[in-house]
Amino acid sequence: MKTAAEQASSKCPVTAGTPAVQAKARDVVLQVRDLAVDIRTHRGTVRAVNSVRFEARAGETLALLGESGCGKSMTAKALAGIMDPVCDLADGQILLNGTDLAALSPKERLKFAGPGLGIVFQDALTALNPVYTVGTQLGEAFRIHRGLNAKQARLEAIDLMKRVGIPEPESRVNSYPHQFSGGMRQRILIAMAVALNPRLLIADEPTTALDVTVQAQIMQLLRTLREEGQMAVILITHDLAVVAEEADSVAVMYAGNVVESGPVSEVFADPRHPYTKGLLESVPVHLERGAQLKSIPGSPPELHHIPAGCVYQSRCPLVQDICRAERPALRAVDNSPTRTAACHFSEEITNA
Amino acid sequence: MPEPLLAIDGLTKTFHVAKSASGNTRLKALDGIRLTVGRGETLGLVGESGCGKSTLARTLMMLETPDEGTVTFEGTNPFGLRGKELLNWRRRVQMVFQDPFASLNARMNAADIIAEPWATHRSLYPTSRARDARVRELLHMVGLRPSDARKSPQEFSGGQRQRIGIARALALNPDVIILDEPVSALDLSVQAQVLNLLNELQKELGVSYIFISHDLTVVRHVADRVAVMYLGRIIESGATEEVFDHPKHPYTAALMSASPKLDVSGTPRDRIVLRGELPSPLDPPSGCRFRTRCWKAQDICAEVPPEPQVLAAPDGTRHVAECHFPLDSIKGLTGAAATAL
Amino acid sequence: MQTSLTEGAAAEQLPADTQQPEGSNKAGKESKQNGKLNLFRLLLKDRFATVSAVILVFVGLTAILGPALMGDLATRQNLLFANKAPFTFAHGWEYFLGSDSLGRSMLARLVVASRTTLSVAVPAVAVALVIGSLWGVWAGYHRGWRENVSMRIADVIMSFPSLLLAVVVLYVFSPSAANIVLILALTRLPIYLRTARAESAELQSRTFVDAARTFGAKPSAIIVRHVIPVVLPTLLTLATLEFCYVMLAESSLSFLGIGIQPPDVSWGLMVSQGRQYLQTAWWLSIFPGAAIVVTTIAANVLAAWLRIATDPAQRWRLALPRKRLIARIPVKETQP
Repeated sequence: MKTAAEQASSKCPVTAGTPAVQAKARDVVLQVRDLAVDIRTHRGTVRAVNSVRFEARAGETLALLGESGCGKSMTAKALAGIMDPVCDLADGQILLNGTDLAALSPKERLKFAGPGLGIVFQDALTALNPVYTVGTQLGEAFRIHRGLNAKQARLEAIDLMKRVGIPEPESRVNSYPHQFSGGMRQRILIAMAVALNPRLLIADEPTTALDVTVQAQIMQLLRTLREEGQMAVILITHDLAVVAEEADSVAVMYAGNVVESGPVSEVFADPRHPYTKGLLESVPVHLERGAQLKSIPGSPPELHHIPAGCVYQSRCPLVQDICRAERPALRAVDNSPTRTAACHFSEEITNA
Repeated sequence: MPEPLLAIDGLTKTFHVAKSASGNTRLKALDGIRLTVGRGETLGLVGESGCGKSTLARTLMMLETPDEGTVTFEGTNPFGLRGKELLNWRRRVQMVFQDPFASLNARMNAADIIAEPWATHRSLYPTSRARDARVRELLHMVGLRPSDARKSPQEFSGGQRQRIGIARALALNPDVIILDEPVSALDLSVQAQVLNLLNELQKELGVSYIFISHDLTVVRHVADRVAVMYLGRIIESGATEEVFDHPKHPYTAALMSASPKLDVSGTPRDRIVLRGELPSPLDPPSGCRFRTRCWKAQDICAEVPPEPQVLAAPDGTRHVAECHFPLDSIKGLTGAAATAL
Repeated sequence: MQTSLTEGAAAEQLPADTQQPEGSNKAGKESKQNGKLNLFRLLLKDRFATVSAVILVFVGLTAILGPALMGDLATRQNLLFANKAPFTFAHGWEYFLGSDSLGRSMLARLVVASRTTLSVAVPAVAVALVIGSLWGVWAGYHRGWRENVSMRIADVIMSFPSLLLAVVVLYVFSPSAANIVLILALTRLPIYLRTARAESAELQSRTFVDAARTFGAKPSAIIVRHVIPVVLPTLLTLATLEFCYVMLAESSLSFLGIGIQPPDVSWGLMVSQGRQYLQTAWWLSIFPGAAIVVTTIAANVLAAWLRIATDPAQRWRLALPRKRLIARIPVKETQP
């Protein structure tokens, strides 16, 4: 594999601003530039993901936050190269350690996929094959990518199960997926994703199907693995609280576009896009019981009817003529090197 | 405190299932549930999947028959009712389901779905003119347009579908609505709209809600009183603020602690990360059901099931917890967190 | 298939049928008429379904009106014109499709046979469909002993070779058309019973059925309102397949001499009678055979179309270009 990580990091926007930022500056593992994904439907081609930009750093968690249909899962699938056949990668670069995944042939990409990036799906039951033991499925990566024989792969599988905290791995390695509980299955899925020590781990709603007490365990495991392997983690979620607790930086998506990004603490404390602000206000906290929640009126636009101007115009309280005419680009806000927002009036949003 | 409209006492429901690992075929989904719901009140029911909260809802809707226990609703027990009286009970207690996609028949349009209850309760709106008018009224109440009446469920978004589900539950003018995870399938921004709607409807109509949810933030926002379920038992109940701010049962404390908070102030908070997962309800632990995951468990917990204890609450409300060693304050919580981690 | 679609595509499928005019609040008739009009318009859009519908209407009209038009042509023997080859007007229009060894017009015989064939196949299928479906839906909805008893009865009937049963019964009783209908209906009944039971058992656990129960709706009302509309398309598709089977079964019985009795004639009987002349007069078997094949294929195509068109959640598929439907093949996941 290329050692272009340093190269990439030197190219990335300057982060040597405040000392705090400098202390946190880490290698950029993944850089996504102007990613666009099209879906072909019977009513024509629609753009599900549009000029999405973000970067993920080693040892940090980037959250992709958005509601259903906003394109966050599609983005993840595009990164992992497992899109449905009706979807096309229309534009953009996916630089993993400096290598553009988008430019690779499917075959090269397959070779790259295991060692380079791992992905954890939401539904652990359907993501595992019910007719193979978990040992076989965990060992598969080693057999394919490292050419180990069945016995060695089994040992590696046991080792992995230990790493993700599955009790009695020696006996449970021969169990089938349905014999595990939901939380344990999710651990197996995570083990599969980190088997080859990837630089990047994509977790697509990893805890949505789990109970809160189990969710806390899984999140703790992800944190530990991230620190151990100095992985970059992309956490895809719709849960603001999970983002607040687990992520270092966040990219908020709406109707296929990134509308705001930056460090979680700054974005949540002082949102610079009306959608982010609306989302934060929709959470019932610090409110008197039964008090009216500030909800966002309406619902997200259909992909067939995304308006010409700003994607959020139909639900935005600040909408002006310019919003209908011109789509705002994602630009730096607050003179901060790390914060961006795609709004014409991002300076006028106050967190009052 | 409002007078109880609905009182549940000692409700027990056992399912017979295929053999488990220990050879047990009886799954006790509900084990002596005791609850009251006041008029116009919202009771929050919290618990993890498999704790029996959906079974409780289904039993109250008489989709399941309980083995033991009584439900008292204005002095009558619906489980003994037949015919017209049973229909009348069904009219008084309605339900909104979790999945807005599965709970609406895709082959019917919105108006037919909302009007469906009247096919059984014909006397309510006898003429088709009255029914049409009422459908329009209900659509308006839940924030849908009259032109939506002829649309089929596929043409609505998840939030709008849930509004149809709510309108259907309101069609019979019930006194109690059981809301089974009504917003957990919805997006955040839509979730807030539906919560606001439920809130307005309660103020306007004075209905009582039994609000079942795993989302503590939502429950805290809507519920007047909270009951926490664990493996078929109510392990703690009390006024919402009381239970949330001063949890007495270790499980409640762990649950509160595990649920992520939207707080970016950066102060690290103590977290209780519980060991293991929910034990199988087929083979519940002896004594206290929570003892296998509890950091305060002693020998007595394995031997004697704890009796519900009424604990003092500063505001005079009833705060009940089933624990041998109830937590006394937040201080106990912090210490516990240290040991658990 | 639908689940493999992406979230974006799924969102976009939702507004499937936007043809219904907005704001038409008048209940009942108007919207139903509209639905029928839409269905007709949708039918015209699908070429294969349209052709199938035309064929079926043609066959139906032939069976109803044809025999009267043909008069005694089908039974009139004329040895001068015996075994004439088809596709020539040299012997008059009535011999355009050739003639059999007794010099009877093939065309006329086919037309007359169509009535016999349909008058056995249609009632046999209809009786089995109605009884089997209702029984199956009832058994599946209530589960428990009703389901067990019903399934065992179905097993008993199924485990007995249906043709053998037919042979036994028709030997004992006289081989009349009514008896053939009854015996075919009885032997094919378990097919519907099983399918209806399975679907109904699954449906009765759905949330919208639970919802209906919470209103206090009676089981019969729930079956009529929620179960039958969902099960019906599947059963109708099954019925068209069965239609084909029943026609063939009738021809087998006729071949054995216990089905349709000459001088009556059915397509199946014509195929079996012409079998021995296959070397010298192929048209005797091929034309009635083709009639059976074309009718059943048309019925199948139309049924498949109808199943999709009547399902609001599937209707969007009809709007999809045909190529796309074929092109959507599963991909290999690159997940290690």
